[in-house]
Order: sequence, then C-alpha cells, then structure tokens
Amino acid sequence: MNEERKGKYTTVSIPTTLYNRIKDLIKDTGFTSVSQYVTYVLREIVARHEEEKYSEPFTEEDKEKIIEKLRRLGYI
Amino acid sequence: MIPRPHGGRLVNRVLTGKRREALLREAEELPSIEISYERLIDLMDIAHGAFSPLEGFMVQEDYLHVLYDMRLSNDLPWTIPVVLDVDPEEISGVKEGDDLALKYNGEIVAVMRIEEIYGWDKKEYARQVYKTTDKNHPGVAKTYNRKELLVGGEIDLLREPSHPLENRILWPIETRVLFREKKWRTIVAFQTRNVPHRGHEYVQKAALTFTDGLLIHPLIGWKKPGDYRDEVIFAAYEALIKYYYPKDVVVLAGLLMNMNYAGPREAIHHAIVRKNFGATHFIVGRDHAGVGDYYGPYEAWEIFDEFPDLGITPLFIREAFYCKKCGGMVNEKICPHSEEYRVKISGTKIRRMIREGKIPPEYMMRPEVARVILSFKDPFVH
Ligand SMILES: [Zn+2]
Repeated sequence: MNEERKGKYTTVSIPTTLYNRIKDLIKDTGFTSVSQYVTYVLREIVARHEEEKYSEPFTEEDKEKIIEKLRRLGYI
Repeated sequence: MIPRPHGGRLVNRVLTGKRREALLREAEELPSIEISYERLIDLMDIAHGAFSPLEGFMVQEDYLHVLYDMRLSNDLPWTIPVVLDVDPEEISGVKEGDDLALKYNGEIVAVMRIEEIYGWDKKEYARQVYKTTDKNHPGVAKTYNRKELLVGGEIDLLREPSHPLENRILWPIETRVLFREKKWRTIVAFQTRNVPHRGHEYVQKAALTFTDGLLIHPLIGWKKPGDYRDEVIFAAYEALIKYYYPKDVVVLAGLLMNMNYAGPREAIHHAIVRKNFGATHFIVGRDHAGVGDYYGPYEAWEIFDEFPDLGITPLFIREAFYCKKCGGMVNEKICPHSEEYRVKISGTKIRRMIREGKIPPEYMMRPEVARVILSFKDPFVH
C-alpha cells in the first residue's frame, strides 16, 4: 500500500480477554493481526445485516411495464 | 433470495418525461465535451444501475480508495475505478460546481454535475489495477492513452444511441423482475466473450445443478480483431440452449460493459456487477479476465478471500476437458487419469477449424452450435 494512504484507521475498544483469544485463534492463519481479523469478521456480519433490510425498488406499475417488455423480447 | 444491489439501492439515473426534456433544453446552453464509446458505455452502466452504488464518475476520494484499498470511500468493495478523463483545454472554462454536457458523436447524451476536477498518475493506476506498467498489456495501453485530468460527479443520462443488439440487452431492474417472475431464488451468472464449447457447457451445467437458474451474460462492447462477433455469440448460445438445456432454466442476455483485462480485480468487478443484476452466484474461471501471463492462474480465485462482504458467492469451477477413460467431460478434481487420456478443449483450435470452414469434433463443440457459427459469412471481427 502507498505510504500516504496508510493511517486511515480508527480505534475501537474490545476487552483484553477477547483480544487475547483472537490473537491465539489467528496464529498460523492468513491473518496477520487482530485488527485485520476483526475488520474481516465485522465486514462479513455487517453485510449480512444490511442484506436483511432490503426490498426490491420497483412499483407495481414499473413491474408491469418491464414484464411487457420481457414478453415482447421473448424472455417470458 | 435475489440479493440486494451493491450498497442497498439500485441506482437509476436515466431521466425520462418532462425532466428529461427540460434538462435536454438546458444542456444545449452548457459547456460540453465529446466522450468516447467506452465512456458512453460506463455512463449507461452507471445510469441503469449496473454499477450501483455509483451515481456518476468517481471523485478523487473514491478513486484513491478504490486504487489502494479496493473499496469505495463508504467501505463497499469496488476494484476498478470508473473515471472520466478530459484534456485541460476541453474544460478550460468550467469549474467545480458547474454542469457539463456530455456528447457522443456530437449529440448530447448526459449532463454531469462537476464535483471535482483532479489529476491522476496513470502509471500508478496501471501498477495498482493491472499489477504491471507494461504497455503491451491491453488495459495498460488504454490507460496510457487516456487524457490528463479526471472529472468526478453525478450524471443524468438523457439519450442512448441505439445498439444493433439492443433487443438482447437487459438492465438490472429487468433481470430482477424476470428472476422474480420465474420464481428463481438462486441464480448463477456466467461471464463470456466467446462462443460456447463443451468446456463452457460443462462448467455452466455443473453450477446449474445447484441453482434454480443460469444467467448467460455475454459482454457486448468493444472487440479486438479475431474475436467472434456479438451476433455470432448470441446465435451460437441460442442453438446450445435450444438443443441442450432444459426449458426455463436459462436466461441469455447481453451486458453492455467495457473489458479491462485486469485479471483478479476484474473478477471482483464482474461479480459485483452480476450481483446488481440479481445473481446470487458467479462463476469465476481460472485466470478470469486475464491476458497473457500477467496473472497467476488462481489469482482471480484467491482475491475473493479479501471480500467477506461481497454479497454474491463465487463458484470456482475448474476447467473441463474430455477424458477418454472417463468417457466424458470432467475436470482435474474428479478425473484420476493421466494426460494421455485427456483432450484439452482449446478455443484457439476451434477458432482455427471454424476459419477453415470445418466442424470441430463433437467432444469440443456441439455440432448444432458449430453449424450456426459456420452459417455466418464471416463470424469474426476485423
Ligand atoms: Zn478420466
């Protein structure tokens, strides 16, 4: 990574006990630090939670129009 | 379930009706620049939500994040910068905050609100995105040919030039409605720029065994000489689907998008875009989107380890070959036999036979597919 791009991080507190537990867990894995592991795991979970808050963006009217086009093109 | 678009909202920046007419009139008075065909394609991908959550060309903050962290400034995975390059003289009269009309072939196609004008280091771009600064790499060569400044800001699409294959192109909102109508919950997408041989069919069917539907998604856009023409690819796939796929498990639709040959980074990009089209799974080939020997054979697979939050599941399916001992199409994970029994399906070999007007052997290509390709007077781009 380019030097000037480094340092775009902030601090989050976790219990020391958890920190040590993670440190043990990631020994001999591809993770090189607790922070890297925590970032990875959080992204995974955050994405899953975001996924739960979503419904398709089209109105019934949009949908009818699109279905009509899909019929015309032979997709339905 | 059909995944939510990248970033949670399907972007729509295609203006219609009165707002479009009003902006078209206003745009006549605005300073304007002419854009290339490739930038026009980017513009359409943004406006139709294929590049959700992008609402325009990237500002510097996003550009740098993508370059160095492979994420947008809001932390979402994004690996290929989507930027608009301009010559300083072209925009000498405009400043940040102004509106700029974008023209293609002299006709206004979009309006952009200039949020930022900034410089870029093309060599650094090449190093980060392509992992090489070698100008023999087609993506690097294209980068070096781009203009000196970048302009970032949101766009509104006002006009779309017609495309000879426009009846074969679907946008994300359309495939999403289509998948819902078909009641598919899991959809695997297949990226291609080629006519299908038996190896492709094997990989698609291996994936389809586990999903409700298959989206065959050929990239339509700029081609290099020697590539199969788009209409040939479509016709070849239609034959394959007609004779060798069950009814109602396949959608064949064109995707208007640029090809960069950025290997691993582009594999992630391809996956994100397919997620926007509503796919739950994406087939990632060995050396996906690679060129020459710039990338290791499995780099395009390994890079997915860095993105636990991608929101689409990559399927790493090994290349298929014909094994005389097994008596069918297999891959190295399931065939124990030695090289002497294995026949590699080579696109290059097939191309040569097609050029000579010959039907390739059946273990390489379905005869119905070969016949359709040969029915074209000239299946290749010049
Ligand atoms: Zn075998």
